[in-house]
Amino acid sequence: MKIRNYWNLRDWGAGIWERANRPKRVAIAISTIILVALLPFAGASFLATPIAAYDAVLVYPVGVFVLMALGLNIVVGKSGMLDLGYVAFFAIGAYTMALMGTHTGLNTWEIMPFGIGFAMLAGVLLGLPTLRLRGDYLAIVTLGFGEIVRLVVLNSTWSKGPNGIANIPMPPNIGPLKFKLEDQKVFFWVVVTMILLTIWMIRRLSIRRPGRAWEAIRQDEDAAELMGIPTLKYKIWSFTLGAAVGGAAGVLFASKNLFIAPEMFSLNVSILILSCVVFGGIGNIWGVVIGAAILGYLPERIRFISDARLLVFGLVLVIVMNFRPDGLLPRKKREKAIVKKEVNA
Amino acid sequence: MRLEIKDLHVHYGKIEAIKGISVVVNEGEIVTLIGANGAGKTTTLKTISGLRKVTSGAIIFDGQDISNVPAHERVDLGISQAPEGRGIFPGMTVLENLEMGKFHRKNRKAEMDEDLDKVYTLFPRLKERVGQAGGTLSGGEQQMLAIGRALMARPKVLLLDEPSMGLAPQMIANIFRIITEINKTGVTILLVEQNAQQALQRAHRAYILETGNVVKEAKASDLLNDPAVREAYLGTGAHS
Repeated sequence: MKIRNYWNLRDWGAGIWERANRPKRVAIAISTIILVALLPFAGASFLATPIAAYDAVLVYPVGVFVLMALGLNIVVGKSGMLDLGYVAFFAIGAYTMALMGTHTGLNTWEIMPFGIGFAMLAGVLLGLPTLRLRGDYLAIVTLGFGEIVRLVVLNSTWSKGPNGIANIPMPPNIGPLKFKLEDQKVFFWVVVTMILLTIWMIRRLSIRRPGRAWEAIRQDEDAAELMGIPTLKYKIWSFTLGAAVGGAAGVLFASKNLFIAPEMFSLNVSILILSCVVFGGIGNIWGVVIGAAILGYLPERIRFISDARLLVFGLVLVIVMNFRPDGLLPRKKREKAIVKKEVNA
Repeated sequence: MRLEIKDLHVHYGKIEAIKGISVVVNEGEIVTLIGANGAGKTTTLKTISGLRKVTSGAIIFDGQDISNVPAHERVDLGISQAPEGRGIFPGMTVLENLEMGKFHRKNRKAEMDEDLDKVYTLFPRLKERVGQAGGTLSGGEQQMLAIGRALMARPKVLLLDEPSMGLAPQMIANIFRIITEINKTGVTILLVEQNAQQALQRAHRAYILETGNVVKEAKASDLLNDPAVREAYLGTGAHS
């Protein structure tokens, strides 16, 4: 007798989606987006966060975490490279916004392409020499890169060192939608839009040649090269796209927070975002979204128990990973690759 | 002359794995490299396909020195490899694996059906397993898939790295029969094997490698009857 696995939310969700026809799918997508967009209005319900303002929590950490986790998922989940310095791209985006916002008259939307561009440039510069490395070695180099970026801004005068940069301008209003500190609904909608764009981009790429190439590289890099895939090129692309999303998240974060300092871009952030990806389910967009949302939200929700919240947070991680080692919503089963150990033979 | 290796040296860090070997593979031949573990067979093959860097020496393919051509471009030139340990994509289906073999081809869409048919004719088993994940195939089926996938790139030279590894005797015989068949369709084959018996029976010429050097080069049939070779690589009474 076959025991049905009621815990298999992934297949349950995928089943609904596959059985649905086009209009039904559009209806599902639109209603989900509307529900998510209405989230800031649920501040009076059980979702409310004590101490921190609920609508601010939805933007940062929740929204920004989801965005960053999606970006990191391109690198870690799609092409299987372990990046432990993802915060570097976030920092580059944030400092681009801070410096250009305070020194030039440009607004957030005009700075956004610069932030993304600089992050991508950093991705290419870091990627060219290091993406020839594999596995653990790459992880160590990226870890170092993350720290280097933080130490550079900590010790430079242009970045005002440990004092950080204050008075970063808010984004200009979009028509009737006004960005306000005390009411951050509009920020949240902007983040949601960026998340949707990112998801759309990843989905487009996944079903096309880059997706195939990344998948092959993740499963067996040597074999991928033997298929005629320029593996280095595709790895750099994946790295750079991940960096771009991180940079965009950084620009938005700086513009929302109005103040940034080097200590906001520590190794912890990289690890936390990686946890989001692993917790949600490496390689599965929806898993990553849910994982990041939960890990961003949970510590704020239980803030009333003060320092013990970190204990609870860790406990949740341990318990969930014990019961669901592939994450909350793992990627499709057959996509799971047995990662081949590098053999020097 | 299709493929020529001239005085090839390859290093792993400071250790010299290949100490100046020269190999010639003529158009339409099956050439085999045999030797014990650590003789440098796999390294030679990996260097030809571009996965390892050449320290010194030359790899000449169709009259062109390709020592500095990156691996993925060598596929375009016509060198395909079925790697050691098969190297199939475990999470992709048989069909997806085969499609990956065509990744670099410019007119892959037009060629796809024709070449899939060819592979399915050679390996009817793959057609039965077309929707199955590569990682769930048996060892023999995976080897078939690895060879079939390499053929999808329409290679001029096919590099096979120990196709008999870990397979049952019947499957080994089957795989080697198919290798001969592939060769008859005009594909030149460079075969690395530990199963010297089978390899020498199927190949035209053979090289014996020992610790990074070629110690003997001869017609395969001669080596099969060479007492010293039989002693060292075939075991007594292996060839009756």
